[in-house]
Order: sequence, then C-alpha cells, then structure tokens
Amino acid sequence: MTSEVGKSNEEGVDGGRRHFLLVATTVTGIAGAALTAVPFLASWKPSARAQALGAPVEQDISKLEPGAVVKVNWRGQAIFIVRRSPEMMKQLEDPALAERLRDPKSEQSEQPKYAKNDVRSLKPEYLVLVGVCTHLGCAPLSRFNPADAELGADWPGGFYCPCHGSKFDLAGRVFKDVPAPTNLKVPPYRFVTDGVVQIGVDAEVA
Amino acid sequence: MSATMPEKGKMAQLVDWIDARFPMTRFMKEHASEYYAPKNFNFWYYFGSLALVVLVLQIVTGIFLTMNYKPSAADAFASVEYIMRDVEWGWLIRYMHSTGASAFFIVVYLHMFRGLMYGSYKNPRELVWIFGMLIYLCLMAEAFFGYLLPWGNMSYWGAQVIVSLFGAIPGIGESLVEWIRGDYYISDITLNRFFALHVIALPLALVFLVIAHIFALHEVGSNNPDGIEIKKLKGPDGHPVDGIPFHPYYTVKDLVGFIVFAMVFALVLFFAPEMGGYFLEHANFDPANPLQTPEHIAPVWYFTPFYAILRAVPNKLMGVALMGAAVVLFVFLPWLDRSKVKSIRYRGWLFRSFLGAFAVSFIALGYLGLMPATPTYTLAARFFGVIYFAFFLLMPWYTRIDQTKPVPERVTYHAH
Amino acid sequence: MPTEHLAEAMMKKSFHKLVLGVVGLSALAWSAVGAAAEGHNSALQLARNDVANIASLQRGARNFVNYCSGCHSAKYVRYSRLAEDLELSEKQVTDNLMFVGERIHDTIKIGMKPEDASHWFGTTPPDLSLIARSRGADYIYSFLKSFYLDPSRPTGTNNLILPGTAMPHVLWELQGLQRAVYDGESDAEHNTVHKKFKEFELAKQGSLSPQEYDQFVRDTVNFLDYIAEPMQLERRNLGMRVLAFLIVFFLFAHFLKKEFWKDVK
Repeated sequence: MTSEVGKSNEEGVDGGRRHFLLVATTVTGIAGAALTAVPFLASWKPSARAQALGAPVEQDISKLEPGAVVKVNWRGQAIFIVRRSPEMMKQLEDPALAERLRDPKSEQSEQPKYAKNDVRSLKPEYLVLVGVCTHLGCAPLSRFNPADAELGADWPGGFYCPCHGSKFDLAGRVFKDVPAPTNLKVPPYRFVTDGVVQIGVDAEVA
Repeated sequence: MSATMPEKGKMAQLVDWIDARFPMTRFMKEHASEYYAPKNFNFWYYFGSLALVVLVLQIVTGIFLTMNYKPSAADAFASVEYIMRDVEWGWLIRYMHSTGASAFFIVVYLHMFRGLMYGSYKNPRELVWIFGMLIYLCLMAEAFFGYLLPWGNMSYWGAQVIVSLFGAIPGIGESLVEWIRGDYYISDITLNRFFALHVIALPLALVFLVIAHIFALHEVGSNNPDGIEIKKLKGPDGHPVDGIPFHPYYTVKDLVGFIVFAMVFALVLFFAPEMGGYFLEHANFDPANPLQTPEHIAPVWYFTPFYAILRAVPNKLMGVALMGAAVVLFVFLPWLDRSKVKSIRYRGWLFRSFLGAFAVSFIALGYLGLMPATPTYTLAARFFGVIYFAFFLLMPWYTRIDQTKPVPERVTYHAH
Repeated sequence: MPTEHLAEAMMKKSFHKLVLGVVGLSALAWSAVGAAAEGHNSALQLARNDVANIASLQRGARNFVNYCSGCHSAKYVRYSRLAEDLELSEKQVTDNLMFVGERIHDTIKIGMKPEDASHWFGTTPPDLSLIARSRGADYIYSFLKSFYLDPSRPTGTNNLILPGTAMPHVLWELQGLQRAVYDGESDAEHNTVHKKFKEFELAKQGSLSPQEYDQFVRDTVNFLDYIAEPMQLERRNLGMRVLAFLIVFFLFAHFLKKEFWKDVK
C-alpha cells in the first residue's frame, strides 16, 4: 500500500495528508486486529470450570505412618506427601549428600518461599512434592530404602524416575549426572490443622 | 517508512525469490492492484466484500466455538452455556457467531437484490450468478445444520419440522427422513452428523464456491449500476477508461463500508444479541425436549419467506415443491430475463414495478412466516406468493415488452 | 445535454423511490411484528428490574437461596462468580448463600432427586439458570404476583399467568393469599362463560406489605435476569468501547478514502 502513495502523487494531491491518513488508518487497523485477537487467545486460558476442578484439595495426614507416602491428585498431577522418619531426616543432614546434588540450596528450582530450605518443606517432618519429573514429565517412583541395590550402593533413599533414570533425594533434590535439570517442584500448600494439609493454597508465613 | 528504504532491496529479493516459485505478485496484480473495476460502484456494491468478511468471521469464530462445544445430545446445551459463562470471552465469540449468522443472510440478501437491480446475472455473468446461487444454497444448509447444534428446544423442533419436509417426497419420503436422522427421531446421532456437516463439509464447499464465484467474476469483470460493459471502451494504456484499480481505490472504499458494517454489527452484538428473539429465539434457552413443542414454532427469520410459501399451500407435497421452486427459480434468471439492458436505470416501468412488488412480497412473506398461520395471514401469504412467482414466471414476457431507455457509452460518475 | 441530465435525475429519483418504498414497507412490517409481539405479552406487568443494582441483586440472591433453591437448581451458575459479580467476599457467599458441604466453585444444585420431584409435584421443577431468557423478566415478575386461591387445585392455589401450574405458592407467607375477582361474576347464569379477570383482592394478610412484596419479587427477578446472562453488564460496557474505537477508525478510513478518490476523475 505504501508504495502506491509515492506513485500516485498527481497534481492537486496532498502527499503529506495522504501519507498521514494512510499511516493512521493502517496503525488503527492493526491495533483493531490485535485487540480482536485478544479474546480469541484468552479463550484458551483455563476456564472457570477448569479452575473449579483445579481448586485446592485437602488430605488427611493424621494417619500417615513415618516413612510412608500418600499420593493426592491435584490439577491432574500426583502430589506426593511423605512423612519422613527420623532416619530419613538423618540422611538429609549428611554433608556428603549435598556434594552429590546439583542444586542443594534449591536456587534454580521451583518451590514456594517457605519450602526453600534444606528439607524443602514447611514442617521438616512432612515433604510435599509435585510427582512430575523435571526432565520430561514422567512420574518418579518412591524408593525410600537405602539398601536398594538396584540404585547403587550409596543410594541414600529418595525418588527414582524409571523413564530416564533421574534420581532425587528425600527432599526431592536432584542428583548430579542425571538428565533432570532441577529439583522436583513443591506445590503451594498449607496445614489447615495439624492433621490436614491443603494443596493449592500458600501457607501464610510471617 | 523512509527508515525501511535500505531494507527494500532485500524485501524485493525475497519477493523475486517467491515469485520464481509461486505466482504471488501476479496473483495480487490480477485480483487487486490491476483488477480494473468500474468507478461508479454505489452503496449496493459494499455487500460482496462484506459477505466475504462475514464468511471469514464465521469460520474463525466457528473454529473457536468447536474447541469447547460438545456435539452430543447429553452435553450440547450445557456446553453452549459453558462457553457463555465459564470460558473466558466465550460469550463474545458465541455472540459473534450467532449474530454473524443473521448478518450473513442480511448481507447476502442485499447482495442478491443488487444483482437483480442491475442485471448482474445477465450475459456474460451467468456463471458468476450460478456460483452465487450455489453459495446461497450451501449457506441455507449451513445455517440449518448449525441451528440444531445449541440443542435448545427451538433447535430441536426446527430440525424436526424441516427434516420432515423430505417426507413429502412420494414413495421414498419416509425412509429418506429416517436416513437423514439416522434414527427414529431427531437424536444424538442426528446432532452428531449435523455437526460434521456444519463444521467441515459445508464450510469447505462454501470456500470453494466463493473462490469460484470470485474467479468467474474477475474473468468477465464487474458489472456496475449502469449495466455498462466497461471493457468495451479501453484507453491507450489498454485499461478500461471507466475502470479503476481495485487496490487501492476499492480496498479503501470497502474498508469504510466494513467499518460502518462493524458498527451496526457491534450495536446488535453488544446491545441486543437476541435481537428481540429473532437472532436468538427465546424458546431456544430451554433445552431440547422431544416431548414438548414450543408454543409458537417458526424458523429463524432468514428462512421465513420460504416457510410462508410452504404453509400457504394446503397440499404437503405441493407446498414442499413450491418452496423448493421459490429458491431454485433464481438460478434461471439469466435466461428468464429477455431485456436488452441490464440496469434498472435504463429499464421501463414494467420491470421496476415487478421488481418492487417482488421485494415487497419477499419481505411480506418473511413477516408472515414469523406469524401464526391464521386464515387472514394464510390468504395474505397466498397473495404475496403469487406475486413472488409472477416475478419469475412472467419475466420473459414483461422484460421483452418493457420500454427501455438508451444506455450511454460511459458510466455515470461525478468526481467528488 | 440538459435533457440527458433531466432523465438521469428522474431515473435517480425513481430509483430512490423504489429503495425508499422497500425500506418503508419493511419498516412497517417490522413494526407490526413488534406490535404483535408486544400485544402477545400485554397481560404481563413490567418487572422494571435493573441488573446494575448490586444491592437488589444481593437481596435477590438471598431470596433465591431461601425460597427457590430448595426445589430449583441453577446448575450453570457458580457461587464464585456470584461472589465476584455481586461484590461479596467468598466468606459472605459461603456463610449466607451456600448449603453445608458445598464449595465456592460449585454450581447451584439441589438435593432433591428428579424422581422425588416428579413424585411430589407431578413434574420436575425446571432449572432456573436461563429462565429469564426463555420466559422474560416480566413473565416471572407477573407469575410470582399472580397466584390466587383455587380450592380445585391440589396446591390450593392457581396462577393467572400459568394456569394449572404444579408450583405451589411458596411465597404465600410473605404476600398473603389473594382471591381473583372477575367481572360479571354476579351474573350467575353466565359466570362460567363471560368470566373476565378484573383484579386480585387480598384474602389473607402476609408478612410483607404489597409494596414490600413487589420489591421482594423485583429483586428475585433481577437476580434471575442476572444469572441468565451474567456477562450482560460487561457486554454493554465493552460495546461502548468498541463503538468508540470504530468511530475513530471510521474517521481515518473515511478521509483516507476521500483522499485516494481525488485521483478518480
């Protein structure tokens, strides 16, 4: 369109005015098209129903044994809730372990502020993780037994992804030399009471 | 723009590269910058490009509706409400589509009336007209199938009535109806196949026919309000003296027409999407109920002229036949019209009267089709039905004896 | 030349007449459609509700929960949406509008099973999400004000707008009970034939005055109107902005068109 302007500059034609109107109309038209595209693109966002189905879920953990795990479905993902035993806690405190981890301080990993600590949890005893491998989205298995020969003699217990062999410790922190780049995610959660954890809502921490 | 000047070399290279492999520039020239259209297009010539705009609108909004709509008897109605309430901006997309359906027919009816006024169907544009009529037939089918999809009670009973029309065909009627429904009543199965036809089969056919319509038009060139063939008088440059390049002159003009159309469209969409129950019928906010017919059942407004003809005939088969004829007769216009001139501007009072009476009876039939069939209304529908058919059937006679005026050599145009 | 111009002018004139005639006749036809449509509903009283009135919607929501949602669902309406649109906190909605055990994202459902409803009322009470769109606000307003005593009905009441309705007069404690008065009823010989409704008279006082009852019904209808199309206010707001944009776009495009068409001689 623009090249036409220069050519049709006949006598009596105000080239400046024509040029201004052409630019103004084009810009307004493009703006209009862009604004029209917004509702179409926005219609792909999670709908009110999806949000309703993705609403926070509650889980009773008062009966959870030390060393046991319970899995909850939240937004189509498995959420692992692990009640760590004193032996498991001890494993995490081992300074040699941190040497073998890629991101021991969770600097590059996703978690709420209140879970950005060595045990990656609000209450040290309870670990809440998104059970989705940060490599390609497979579901990691719980391999809490340190004696698991399959995973090597120095296996401290943790999570193992069967797809590509990624390994995570008992705080969901990723080991070095495995495909997964970061630690397992921690979802937003809070304790409604001592025995009930709610996934999907952030805890209020002072 | 001057800032982009140094880049132009590269752009031109890219264009050359493409043109060597694909006729991009040639295509743009043939159909836009070097397509010479008569310079005397008036108000009525906006509706062709507007029809194209509405087609695109319906396709785009339709694609987005399909993403959330569920074509099953159990879920269809709820999925439309899901779109209206739960999907972000879903209501806007749905109203665009529902308003667009009616807008399509308004635009197409005006576009067709333009053709009648200026003789756009006459030699050499018979194929343009026939492709156009096929588009119109497809559009009616498209609208009919689409109307079932919300699975409201009016959708349901509308489909029931229209499908039953095929039952009038002697011998095969009943089995044909069963075959169309795929069931013994309008059911989930029917909805599912209507959905397939609405979202893919007919849109494909429509797009192909629109392309054929435009190609045929660009082959012979556009008619104009004077009905003069501008190609007969060419200047030294080989272009018609009364022609101007479609781009930029008609692209800017049609843009103005489009914006005015968009304003009217927005007025309906944002302030009266139901249009008083004519664009979205009240009874269609009740879910389909095979056991209860809505109190007053009428098709959507764009079908009512033909529906009125159907009801005006006391015999079922004859009614269906005449309704079909009322649509199909348009196809034969190029051969029914024996006038030497194309445009109403140079025709005599006979043609003008017949065309005027036809337009009035079309609108009157449309009105009567919306009303309950009382004896008075039925009588009126018969009266207007007779005028409707007289327009076509008497055409060879009145166009031949009509007093025409001499057609000038140049089109009527006053520079602004 | 002058004759040619004259002919052209005349031709233009008759063309304009044709267009005017067609437009005029269609306008007539459509106004007749409108009149007929209005005539059809002339028995209805106007609801005069206003969906922009948030206080009225809040009262209507309360009325709906207290008096309607025992039997009628509004299965497309989410409580969370109500909270947002009615300017209530989620806690206010949870405490005042929701039944125990429901969650904020849930839709308004009823506990009654459809079979039970059929058993009790002979029919299933309809879902009310869209009732204001299928029947109209005026219809519901008139309906809720037109229950009258009729001992021949199993519910003891009948309705002038929907004769033979299975719905009992659930608001009778508020409105009281009214008797229908007919013209010409005194004419004992013809009273069944010439019975023409005249007015209602209150047979038993309710807890609300007639004005208060009107307001109660208006608020309830207003709420039903809102839930039938919760985005209607947003729709009109957006419409104004779209039109404003189009006017600007039109001005640019219009002058651009005039500018280009200076070339055309």
